[in-house]
Amino acid sequence: MLRYRKYPVLIVSLIIAFFPWVAAHVPAIDHYPDIMIFAGIYAIITIGLSLLMGYTGQISLGHAAFYGIGAYASAIFTSRYGWNPWLSMLLGTVLTSLIAIVVGGPALKLKGHYLAMATLAFGIIVFIIFNEEAGFTGGPDGMTGIPGLSIFGFKLNAERYYYLVWGIALLVFLFTTNIIQSSAGRALRAIHSSEAAAMAMGVNVPGCKIVVFAYSAGLASLAGSLYAHYMNFLNPSTFDIFFGIKLLIMISLGGIHYIWGAVIGAVIVTFLSYEWLHYFEELEILVYGLILLMITVFLPQGLAGIPEMIKNRFKAAP
Amino acid sequence: MGPEKDCILDIRDLVMRFGGLMALYRPDFVVMRGSITAIIGPNGAGKTTLFNVITGFLIPTEGLVLFNDKPITCLKPHQISRIGISRTFQTVEIFRNMTVLENVMLGFHGRMGSSFTASGLKAPWAVKKENLIKEKAEGILKFIGLSRKSNHAADSLPLGEQKILEVARALACEPALICLDEPAAGLNETESHVLSSLIRAIKEKGITVLLVEHDMKVVMDISDDILVLNHGQKIAQGPPDEIKSHPRVIEAYLGDE
Repeated sequence: MLRYRKYPVLIVSLIIAFFPWVAAHVPAIDHYPDIMIFAGIYAIITIGLSLLMGYTGQISLGHAAFYGIGAYASAIFTSRYGWNPWLSMLLGTVLTSLIAIVVGGPALKLKGHYLAMATLAFGIIVFIIFNEEAGFTGGPDGMTGIPGLSIFGFKLNAERYYYLVWGIALLVFLFTTNIIQSSAGRALRAIHSSEAAAMAMGVNVPGCKIVVFAYSAGLASLAGSLYAHYMNFLNPSTFDIFFGIKLLIMISLGGIHYIWGAVIGAVIVTFLSYEWLHYFEELEILVYGLILLMITVFLPQGLAGIPEMIKNRFKAAP
Repeated sequence: MGPEKDCILDIRDLVMRFGGLMALYRPDFVVMRGSITAIIGPNGAGKTTLFNVITGFLIPTEGLVLFNDKPITCLKPHQISRIGISRTFQTVEIFRNMTVLENVMLGFHGRMGSSFTASGLKAPWAVKKENLIKEKAEGILKFIGLSRKSNHAADSLPLGEQKILEVARALACEPALICLDEPAAGLNETESHVLSSLIRAIKEKGITVLLVEHDMKVVMDISDDILVLNHGQKIAQGPPDEIKSHPRVIEAYLGDE
């Protein structure tokens, strides 16, 4: 049975809360909080994706597109129409969820590789639109002049942005964990295990799949908006297929069946791509390939699965 | 006609065609409320197809299924489950990624599951329902005799108990009619004996039982009424004694050449 673990969540939250203060005192890592902002943004996506892929068993390679739609919605609503950034963020999230419902309706009838292909195709189409609809998106040159966020007139600088992003990530984490530990989450796991049996037990399988798909897409969109308002600049290449694959690496590395694995994976991969893999330059992609391969072969449950693995090893030994 | 004697399920003019294959052809019959009705027949007779039509997994080419005098042929499987028809599967379909208790708790989803939002926000009514579900699920495990394994992983159970667990889960839907698809398949003699008494106990609870079964000992032992199918058509219906000596049944099973 899944139990609600309050203390680990509290401890991790405290570590994250004090991390900028610690990092500020260690010159070698004083820019880490900056990277952590991106990690937090990605964690918001991977938490939703973990619910969709790890718990419900529905593969999506198209979440880079939802992330991009959120980012561009925020950018376009604010810089072209002058709307309030928070309103734009909310509208972007609602819009993206609606798109997910429209796309997910037919796509989620597919299973396994076919669903992966369909979502991949969706990602490619959206990526082309970002590049070609230059009138709205600025095309390959990107968009500039996206306003930052402020609360009650307080402009959110990098330090405050850190707390905004991780605060949202914490709320998303709690909401998603609550779902998993309730009857709704049980229904999702049932779908993963046997759709026929889930249906026979009164679970509205297509409905549940679409709701989870829309929820995870909405989270990706929210993350995209946070990215746009933080960077103040957008470029389509941020939302290409490779980013979709990177999200996949994040959740597989962290552990696809664990929500907190999604957070760990997001943090590690963010640090890899922003900091630790710089030497590899163009070969970076090979390293990711290697990581994905190693995880699949040696750690199918991901990093979050290690404690369980050790426990089972001890149980197996007489 | 008292409430004990009326019919709960009425199959009328049912035709199920898959391309050129006629899987079911008008096997008209009714199931009496509170009875144990068995469907038997050689392999490929259309038994499981009939189950799939009744539970909404297949939409029949023609004809009607009436449940409590209301047509249900246009309903989806989860809707049929929610109005009171629950089922098990020929190939065991327990949720392997859950514990025994969680499997049974899932059975309550249709009637008392909480919404996505209420679950996510841990709304007080959702928590209350969750506790009630747990309590009821434990009650069912007690009834079925799996209490001591409630926290075991479902796929760690031996096949016999997995089949019983599937029955428990189907009971959690609080059905008026429970459809068991070959519940005794793969069970040894002791296990099928346990199963027989379990099915009788389910009947005692006032739940109508419809079962597809190959194990004739189980069928003859517990059934009130037996329907015999062959090539999608009804060839006989009646109490066990009558069916045992029915010439067309013997012919269907043993062949006449």
